[in-house]
Amino acid sequence: MNPDSEGVFFLTGKDFTNAGAASSNLKGILENKGVPQSIVRRACIAAFEAEMNLIIYAVAGMMRYYITTDMIKVVLQDMGPGIADIELAMKEGYSTAPDYIREMGFGSGMGLPNIKKNADKMSINSVAGEGTTLEFVIYLDQNANRNS
Amino acid sequence: MKLRDLIENLSLEVKTPGANLDREVTGGYVSDLLSDVLGNAHEGFVWITLQVHLNVVAVASLKGLSGIILVNSRTPGEDTLKKALAEKIPIMTTPLPTFELVGRLYALGLRCR
Repeated sequence: MNPDSEGVFFLTGKDFTNAGAASSNLKGILENKGVPQSIVRRACIAAFEAEMNLIIYAVAGMMRYYITTDMIKVVLQDMGPGIADIELAMKEGYSTAPDYIREMGFGSGMGLPNIKKNADKMSINSVAGEGTTLEFVIYLDQNANRNS
Repeated sequence: MKLRDLIENLSLEVKTPGANLDREVTGGYVSDLLSDVLGNAHEGFVWITLQVHLNVVAVASLKGLSGIILVNSRTPGEDTLKKALAEKIPIMTTPLPTFELVGRLYALGLRCR
């Protein structure tokens, strides 16, 4: 992969004031590059869900993005508690979020499934007590094989 | 139906002066769960919620929603309004509870599809 454009946003855990800023910036970058609106939307919804997960659960982390002629790849890496059971975390409705997070309307257990739904490819690597790396790819050519 | 028509019909209070009220409202969605809205609302929908914190603006913006209606006289914070103005997302409020408001929106012809 030889990205035409790449960058990084640094994220701070529990910083709800700036939460969503990285995804909003990514939206602007993709729009400036002339990426079709439907793809921008999918990329940014997936990015927002991942960004919020990081802010809710981790101490700190970063969101990197790579844009090539045929895909958008977003990688979120955090220093956080890790995900003990990824399969369980992928189940819609399952959440370990504390009450105050749920009261804000987060932590409904729909974030990871939403990322999967919007991305063409998604992977999670996590070590309990160390952190999580979540990566997703969206192809710009939607005739390319989804979920391959 | 334009956002402006909903505002007039239901006497909604517009909290974001200068926002685009001429946008076509294509439907409506009710939820206080942000991921639910991201997953199930559609572009052009108006979103009915009691969440007033600034992350609702990001959700509405990412999803391309036509506006947010806050129920039960809930008032958005300064930071929420500032972000809404920056992202050009209209925010309206109503004293009506969700059930009443949605019933009236449905009667005006709004659907969730």
